[in-house]
Amino acid sequence: MPLLKNNAFVADDWVHVNDDAALPDAARFTVSFERLVRDWDSFAKHTSVVGVRLSNTTKAADLAPYISKLALIVVPFPAFADGRAYSIARALRLDGYQSELRGTGNVLPDQMQFMRQVGIDSFEVSERFPLEAWQRASRQMSLAYQRGLYRPVGEREVWSERHQGFVAWEEQPHAG
Amino acid sequence: MYRYDEFDHQFVKERTAQFRDQASRRLSGDLSEEEFRPLRLMNGLYLQLHAYMLRVAIPYGTLSSRQMNQLAMIADKYDRGYGHFTTRQNIQYNWIKLEDTADILQALADVEMHAIQTSGNCIRNVTTDHWAGAAADELADPRPVGELIRQWSSLHPEFSYLPRKFKIAITGAPNDRAAVKVHDIGMRLHKNDKGENGWEIMVGGGQGRTPMIAVTVREFLPEREIIPYLEAIMRVYNLYGRRDNKYKARIKILVHEIGAEKFRAEVEAEYARHPSQTTEVEERELARIAQYFAVPNFEKLSKFVPAFESAKQSDHDFARWVRNNTAAHRVDGYTIVNISLKATGEIAGDATGEQMRVMADLAAQYSFDELRVSHAQNIVLAHVKLADVHAVWKKLQQHGLAEANYGLTGDIIACPGMDYCSLATARSIPISQAISRKFADIKRQEEIGPIKINISGCINACGHHHVGHIGILGLDKKGEEFYQITLGGSSSENASIGTILGPGFAGHEVPDAIETILNTYLKLRNDGEEFLHAYRRVGAKPFKEALYATA
Repeated sequence: MPLLKNNAFVADDWVHVNDDAALPDAARFTVSFERLVRDWDSFAKHTSVVGVRLSNTTKAADLAPYISKLALIVVPFPAFADGRAYSIARALRLDGYQSELRGTGNVLPDQMQFMRQVGIDSFEVSERFPLEAWQRASRQMSLAYQRGLYRPVGEREVWSERHQGFVAWEEQPHAG
Repeated sequence: MYRYDEFDHQFVKERTAQFRDQASRRLSGDLSEEEFRPLRLMNGLYLQLHAYMLRVAIPYGTLSSRQMNQLAMIADKYDRGYGHFTTRQNIQYNWIKLEDTADILQALADVEMHAIQTSGNCIRNVTTDHWAGAAADELADPRPVGELIRQWSSLHPEFSYLPRKFKIAITGAPNDRAAVKVHDIGMRLHKNDKGENGWEIMVGGGQGRTPMIAVTVREFLPEREIIPYLEAIMRVYNLYGRRDNKYKARIKILVHEIGAEKFRAEVEAEYARHPSQTTEVEERELARIAQYFAVPNFEKLSKFVPAFESAKQSDHDFARWVRNNTAAHRVDGYTIVNISLKATGEIAGDATGEQMRVMADLAAQYSFDELRVSHAQNIVLAHVKLADVHAVWKKLQQHGLAEANYGLTGDIIACPGMDYCSLATARSIPISQAISRKFADIKRQEEIGPIKINISGCINACGHHHVGHIGILGLDKKGEEFYQITLGGSSSENASIGTILGPGFAGHEVPDAIETILNTYLKLRNDGEEFLHAYRRVGAKPFKEALYATA
């Protein structure tokens, strides 16, 4: 599946390792959350090249001990109507996670803007839609009422605009 | 009432353009129906039995005469000359063409309206007391908070793909006319010892196939904390609500399965997890919105208006209508006028384009340019001078809008049922019409007194039969429609779920069964005792005996 990042298709240079497979020597890799917990001590020497793949039921709070050292978190959308990962992503960002947050699974262009706003900044997408469909979909709404979400250049928060002089809830550090 | 500023206009404009693009991609085949479905639902567009149905949001049920006139234009130009006001204070059009929808949304945007989130598994239009800002018993107008929630919930990126639809109702009065205890979230305004406003937050009420009364998760939430606290509730639901079975996906099931205590603990833990949030912007926004709901410029008037009193003396029909269809206003010399959309034998909640224009004109002339849609599918003129009531009534009479049955037997709530809805298992409208005809005699209705009859055409309970004093549920048994009757439901501050009386009835037997129930009540009631009170006193037994004794 193509990987969409900054509105372009790029190569995925991560190796996604199964629970019982050996770790690669010189590559960035992801493991499941269960393996992350199990083998965390042995990952110490791999800092900045370790990522984790979450399930829909992983609690963001359980990642607290790890998030400052993770370089990639992958959240799943098993069906386009299954919105749990929006909350998982938002909670991870609120908890201070600053590196790449990737959405995978059933991702439609018309949903991508919401995914970006909760802090997801790369997407494994299906080949069904051309790049321009993704580019167009990512900039359909320039305004939002909610505060404290991820806003790329050109998107504004209505309440913050109306009451300028106030800093949003959170810094918005990671504009992917 | 609330007016859009440049941001609100821009927001709805962009959303309309987005939908126009989506609809054209569907029409050209670039999008499959399966892919288009969640997108059109987020814009209130359903595919029903015969055509597309478009549901338009009327936030907290309030609209201006200009908006009502536009709804009339849409009814005439794009539908068959009428619209249907719903139990969620919205309006829906049943005969819409997909090709027209973007133009309709544009016409709505022109008058500061939209259809955003009137369907789909997202936060729906927030509903409230249809007498907000006028009722004598009210602590404060709840609509500024309603508007705050409308904005916050519009295209919320985190909460647009919830396990199931999500409905919030709020009330600013102790007498609950907004049915807050049977909503996913119900909020009730009250004051603490210092006189500050705060909200009781109730979660997990609902109807459908598993009716439940909401539980309180916070007794007194300071007003400034509403948005972050709602976010905590929504996040808990989005993460842990069931997604394996759509009939068990509402928040009430989550609350029920993990228990109120555990649910409360999860919400409070989520709320405490990010304590650095400030609410200054939300407070400022609420204050900004509240300015739009400033108390209208009421005149100083006498409680006693001789012309009004003598009109009642000389015209008994007028006197009856005043008795039944007006309610106490907080300001002397004014009253609340309730326009019944339940003319005998007509479809509950339907209004023609012409009727909408008449009501819009009356609002412009006599009621500070404002109308309300009530969850009982009627229209309210909230601030009418007593001196003008007779003129209003005359005009309503000329257009079939002066039915004096507000709150009585003929004021039936009914869903569209199998005549329109693809989910229905039985018809609701003909049953409602038959009961309405049977009790057409208004004197008899007055003798029976205040009563709520609710009819749903399937177990999803859009006609709120669980909370009707008399509830009627249409089901399908081997291809035949039959109807279950429940008694004792209520959506008030003392909410309760009705109890099934016994075996169901064929459609043509229902009006007689209702008559038997009401005659039984008339025989056993104490002086001045309303139906619900009498039922709660004596229980189901006498009604069962009367209904099933001869069968």
